[in-house]
Amino acid sequence: MRLHLEKRPQPSRRWTDLSPLLAVVITMLAGGALFALLGKNPVEAISTIFWEPLFGEFAFYYRPQLLIKGAPLILIAIGLSLGFRAGVWNIGAEGQYIVGALSGAGVALAFYPLDAWVVFPLMIMAGALGGWAWGMIPALLKLRFGTNEILVSLMLVYVAEQLLAAMALGPMKNPDGMGFPGSRNLQEYPAAHNADLIAASGLHWGVVAATVAVILAYILLGRHVLGYQIRLSGEAPRAARFAGVNPGRLILFCLGASGALAGLAGMFEISGPAGQVSIDFNVGYGFTAIIVAFLGRLHPVGIALAGLLMALTYIGGEIAQGNLGLPAAAIQMFQGMLLFFLLAVDVLTNYRLRLAPRPETA
Amino acid sequence: MTLKSILTGAVMALGLGTTAAVAQDDKTKVGFIYVGPIGDGGWTYEHDQGRLAVEEHFGDRVETVYQESVPEGADATRAITQMALNGADLIFTTSFGFMEPTINVAKKFPNVKFEHATGFKTAPNVSTYSARFYEGRAIQGHIAGKMTESNIVGYIASYPIPEVIRGINSAFIHARKANPDVQFKIIWAYTWFDPAKEADAATALIEQGADVILQHTDSTAPQAAAEKAGNVISFGQASDMAEYKPSPRVSSIIDNWKPYYIARTQAVIDGTWESQQTWDGIGPGMVGIGEITDAVPADVKEEALALKASIAAGEYHPFTGPLKKQDGSDWLAEGETADDGTLLGMNFYVEGLDAEIPQ
Repeated sequence: MRLHLEKRPQPSRRWTDLSPLLAVVITMLAGGALFALLGKNPVEAISTIFWEPLFGEFAFYYRPQLLIKGAPLILIAIGLSLGFRAGVWNIGAEGQYIVGALSGAGVALAFYPLDAWVVFPLMIMAGALGGWAWGMIPALLKLRFGTNEILVSLMLVYVAEQLLAAMALGPMKNPDGMGFPGSRNLQEYPAAHNADLIAASGLHWGVVAATVAVILAYILLGRHVLGYQIRLSGEAPRAARFAGVNPGRLILFCLGASGALAGLAGMFEISGPAGQVSIDFNVGYGFTAIIVAFLGRLHPVGIALAGLLMALTYIGGEIAQGNLGLPAAAIQMFQGMLLFFLLAVDVLTNYRLRLAPRPETA
Repeated sequence: MTLKSILTGAVMALGLGTTAAVAQDDKTKVGFIYVGPIGDGGWTYEHDQGRLAVEEHFGDRVETVYQESVPEGADATRAITQMALNGADLIFTTSFGFMEPTINVAKKFPNVKFEHATGFKTAPNVSTYSARFYEGRAIQGHIAGKMTESNIVGYIASYPIPEVIRGINSAFIHARKANPDVQFKIIWAYTWFDPAKEADAATALIEQGADVILQHTDSTAPQAAAEKAGNVISFGQASDMAEYKPSPRVSSIIDNWKPYYIARTQAVIDGTWESQQTWDGIGPGMVGIGEITDAVPADVKEEALALKASIAAGEYHPFTGPLKKQDGSDWLAEGETADDGTLLGMNFYVEGLDAEIPQ
């Protein structure tokens, strides 16, 4: 007898829904084993990561932090999921996030110290436009020259990082900063500050935008012809062509929309929680959002949940570092396992395990 | 009073209440926020050595906690807050980029003391501390000037901030004094720690003829590149990097935070802690000069040690006139020494450097 994989005629719905949960459980087990090998109590470590931020002693502080950490992930992942569904692979959300942030901050710094309500809406527009424009580069290159959008969008992340450093050291440097790099702190410029809508709740405009994005993406994919075209292109590209889907327009839309959303996420971050243009402003939201998109099954509601889960592992992981002395690398490994096991369990969506007699060999 | 401010007050009161409760514990809790991993072999490694020294010195009277690889920005704010919430009495934030987060968190925890490395913003419960690394650079510059045969010294710089520019100027002034024909080639790596980038920079400098490599980045990758090239000398940065002795590493600048961390912890225990700005050099022992190896000729070594002794004794200031700025304008008159304000905001090169500060 041997174990063998048999392709399902259709992907299993049950496994599609179950596999993220199963992946979380396996991650907890494997992560627990890892923590035990490091000489920590695995039950305590896992419960610190998942329980402490939500219901622990200082949950009043950590719960808002979940929104702050989760909002940009969800906002970016929603955009990415549109493209991923259509087979358009934007890997460069990190770069679009940076350029969106720089565009938004640029508007704020240009208006400083003008105190007018119009500044913040203009920053939002600039943020979205900046991200959109950065996303258009791989889109147009792909349409015009057939370049690979995966490579181009990824490379543009490094270009954006250099741009960020140049801005923090040059044009956007705080004139009152004694020559040190970094812009003015936007948190101290009320007209541009993306403050919590209710104090200390973590609920800033980026959270609102993420919620709206989830709802709009849900409607788009479920009810709108464009959403139908996106799904069709991803699932059956040939059929999509026969159905009159214009692949060029779809590429422009997917890269543009995901760029704009990533740009918005960057703008809300730089005007709120981060506060200033600094060399190390970006911390990898654009890459983590790829995990979030897949963990959420490329479904808007799933992405919202996955984004919050990812935020939970970040914040819980930090608490475990501080309280239990777990090394940062162990936490990163724990997060990596989540995607790894998800992909592994996903096999069961398309295949079923069968015990088959050993085939007769000739 | 708006709803917003009432809520803020309530949340803060809650936060402070719990902190006070935890702080009842008679052990003094000291927290450290690190920008890199404790195994970086450079900057963060030395701060962690300082933490271990605190533990060893005070034994059961203190408890230390740390968080490594903390990104600068919103994540730093959370990491610092978390430490304060968990009852830390004293928190060292060990990177320039933690300045704004430290100040923000300090406002919410007036009973917790904060110490921010290399920044310039203070508060009643926030001190700053940094080391006069430029004093060590003077000694490196002297050795570099004497040792180079190609007359080209390569310099791996991190970011064009005053700290780094000060180091370049100090090294250059003393290299020129030792050897009027010396030239500096500078590569900006735009990172504090990235072994791959640092190795590329070192290799590029060596290919341009440099036979001495100075680095203001924290990994040992430039040392490895110098070793591979052969006939190139280098200097350990932040940490001794002794594994590359006796050559290419011929000496080093060692950050020694131990005495400072022990003193400040003692001040918190005694209740004598006050906000201050500390900028110490070779004299008080915050900047250490690693062993000068036998790869350096005995007379050069002797001169270098004499230079070190005169700086430590306060007899000699590495920025002593006559000095001109790069554009030829006068900076310091004969015998005049630079004031700390100018040094802290230094944004110009001295005369003779054939390079531009990136903008």
